[in-house]
Amino acid sequence: MASQKTDTTAIPFYRDERILKIIAQIVSTVVIFGFLIWTVTNFLKAADARNMELSFGFLKEAAGFPISNPPIEYEAGMTYGRAFVVGLVNTLMISGVGVVAATIIGTLVALARLSSNWLLSRMALVFIEFHRNIPLLVLLFIWYFVVFSFVPPVKESLVWPGPIFINKRGVYLTWPRLTETGSTFVILSIIGIIAAVIVFIILRRRRKYTGKNTYYMPISIVLVLIFCVSGWFLSGGSPFQLDIPFLKGFNYQGGLRLTPEFSGMFLSLSLYTAAFIAEVVRGGIQAVNKGQIEAARAVGLNQLQVLSLVVMPQALRIIIPPMISQYLNLTKNSSLALAIGFQEVFAVGKITINQAGRAVPVFGLIMITYLSLSLLTSFILNIYNRRIQFVVR
Amino acid sequence: MAIKEMEQDFIRPPQPPGPVKWIKDNLFSGFMNSILTVLLFPVIIYLLYQIFKWVLVGANWQAVSQFPMLFAVGQYPRDQIWRVGFIFSGLMFMLGISWGRWGGLLKSISLAAGSFLLLLAVLPVQHPQLDLTMRIYLGSTILLTLVGFLIGNKTRLKNTIIIAGWFVIPIIGIVLLAGFAGSEWLPAVQTTLWGGLLVTFLLAAGGIVLSFPLGVALAFGRRSDLPVVSGFSTVFIEVIRGVPLVTILFMFSIILALFLPVESRIDRLVRALMAVTVFSAAYSAENVRGGLQSVPLGQVEAAKALGMGNLKITVFIVLPQALRAVLPAIVGQFISLFKDTTLVVIIGINDFLGIGRSIINSDPEFVQMRTEVYIFMAVVYWIFSYLMSLASRRIESAMGIESNL
Repeated sequence: MASQKTDTTAIPFYRDERILKIIAQIVSTVVIFGFLIWTVTNFLKAADARNMELSFGFLKEAAGFPISNPPIEYEAGMTYGRAFVVGLVNTLMISGVGVVAATIIGTLVALARLSSNWLLSRMALVFIEFHRNIPLLVLLFIWYFVVFSFVPPVKESLVWPGPIFINKRGVYLTWPRLTETGSTFVILSIIGIIAAVIVFIILRRRRKYTGKNTYYMPISIVLVLIFCVSGWFLSGGSPFQLDIPFLKGFNYQGGLRLTPEFSGMFLSLSLYTAAFIAEVVRGGIQAVNKGQIEAARAVGLNQLQVLSLVVMPQALRIIIPPMISQYLNLTKNSSLALAIGFQEVFAVGKITINQAGRAVPVFGLIMITYLSLSLLTSFILNIYNRRIQFVVR
Repeated sequence: MAIKEMEQDFIRPPQPPGPVKWIKDNLFSGFMNSILTVLLFPVIIYLLYQIFKWVLVGANWQAVSQFPMLFAVGQYPRDQIWRVGFIFSGLMFMLGISWGRWGGLLKSISLAAGSFLLLLAVLPVQHPQLDLTMRIYLGSTILLTLVGFLIGNKTRLKNTIIIAGWFVIPIIGIVLLAGFAGSEWLPAVQTTLWGGLLVTFLLAAGGIVLSFPLGVALAFGRRSDLPVVSGFSTVFIEVIRGVPLVTILFMFSIILALFLPVESRIDRLVRALMAVTVFSAAYSAENVRGGLQSVPLGQVEAAKALGMGNLKITVFIVLPQALRAVLPAIVGQFISLFKDTTLVVIIGINDFLGIGRSIINSDPEFVQMRTEVYIFMAVVYWIFSYLMSLASRRIESAMGIESNL
């Protein structure tokens, strides 16, 4: 009892960790909240002095600016809100296509880098080092202001197999479009895929628990094929027709037109990110223990099985987390399209600020958009990541 | 005789393969491989031939060679240019000292920079900006670098003094560059006139130096027991990492002023630097946090058992191990910061890229030479980024860290 008393009195309050923590708590609260309150008061004062409105009401007002080649219907005079959605669709489009292309190119480059052929491996190395060490903006300018500026005018379009027509107005792709009866095919194919996935899951589970070979892979593939083929015939032969661009007057009609802005942004963004993805993939593949591969061969797995059952599952564990951050970087980097006049979220927001003058709400909107995009992407990919990670028992 | 037998038993290290064997192993090791080589070889030769032909014959480098000063310092007043020269010489001097002290990659960098300057100084061409004064200046800078090398090599200068020099000279430099309003000897130079590589390096170096401590502070903040501090740091880091750098640059250039007292005016360049710093700090914070997590708890417990205080534990036990573990990531972050400084073009600052663009747009004749200008800029950015990644690899292998990429 007595000793306890001396203990408590022996520690002066400024050395008592519990009291110090409380003091730190209070001080940090005061400093941080004080700072926030200070900035907000400044802001409110400034807003008051300049008569700034802080509402999002302007989104319903008419936007006076056009957007070239809007992906969804839009014309000058529609609301700011609509313009913003157009920008968002553009951002999603370029990021989505960019992610797919960057992943494919990146994986191919990684495989080339790992090739036993010295020339191929060096070429991949040059590709990687070139793209990793120059700023994306410089790459974008080279593609857009240099490469695309040497593209011939409409009359002398470059024709690539496809046919793809390339001229000053953009890249015209031949594009399969649905015929009138084509929707039957699409619907049946979707049903077929869903059915196949369900069958796949059920049969694989049965195999897992009973150990019997249920042939889940061939069965589900056959299922998809049956549905697709029957859809093909039900839709009257051919569900798609090729929409081939043709020259009409001074311009090409039909096909899928990619503007030079879109093409430039798409190429630079996917090539730039591909270089980083290539390094990620290479690192992942190289990290798989050589003994694993040798052991798999010794057990009698063939080359394909070694790759799909042993190497890839382990490599993916290492690849996925950095890959997520590359995808996020790509999405965020798509905002650079502003510099060449491709109107995605940020560019539309900037014009809105210039026209409507609501800097703060617009910035709020832009930041919330990008934040939710990032959070959504990382949320989805993290679920996948958790599924494939090694379970520590 | 016994010795001779033993010698024969030695397993010799494998001889480096001869050229024929090397070609067989790397180019013609199998059927597919041989086909690939045969297909690729002409393609590569053709590409190289085209590139060399264009660089040496086809390209017109006039737009680049005509404005070396614009690329270097932008619109900085030409009568005040000695200030930039002074700082450059100072930095070369520090480089010389560091070369003398540490050698390694610094030696290669010094030699490369020195021979580049020497080449410029003795280049037998007529160029309005390569006059006698310039040549003498270049020559004396080379001499200064060599003097620095001797000082670093022969004297027992303390390492801390050398490192301090690396900080002091740039600070003096910035004060010198800005000048003082109303001064006769050192008139103030508006930052709107600064440009070119000067601004690129200023933003990159400033961003690196300022963002790193901020990042470390944020990393500790996020791990703090205090809910207000950790909450604030977490939100700060996640928001900054969730949005593109362009957004932050625009935030600082347009709406920062609204959140500060009306009478405060922050210079345009400083706002850009703040944006770059804040952006990079959030990423550094996550790298450092990764490092902090990798330090085993036993280290802290052992330090506590020895009676060290919290501050001492952090500074002498935790941080050194944490930073060592994530050094590659941190250097990678610095490289991307250097590349990201190009984005200030979008808010209208004439950094290296911006100067190139304004040169192109200044004259229809130069529009025809845009390819050359962009390629030149890409090469310059490439060289500096590549040097940084080379340095990081050297540091990694010197410290025995394996990069996982």
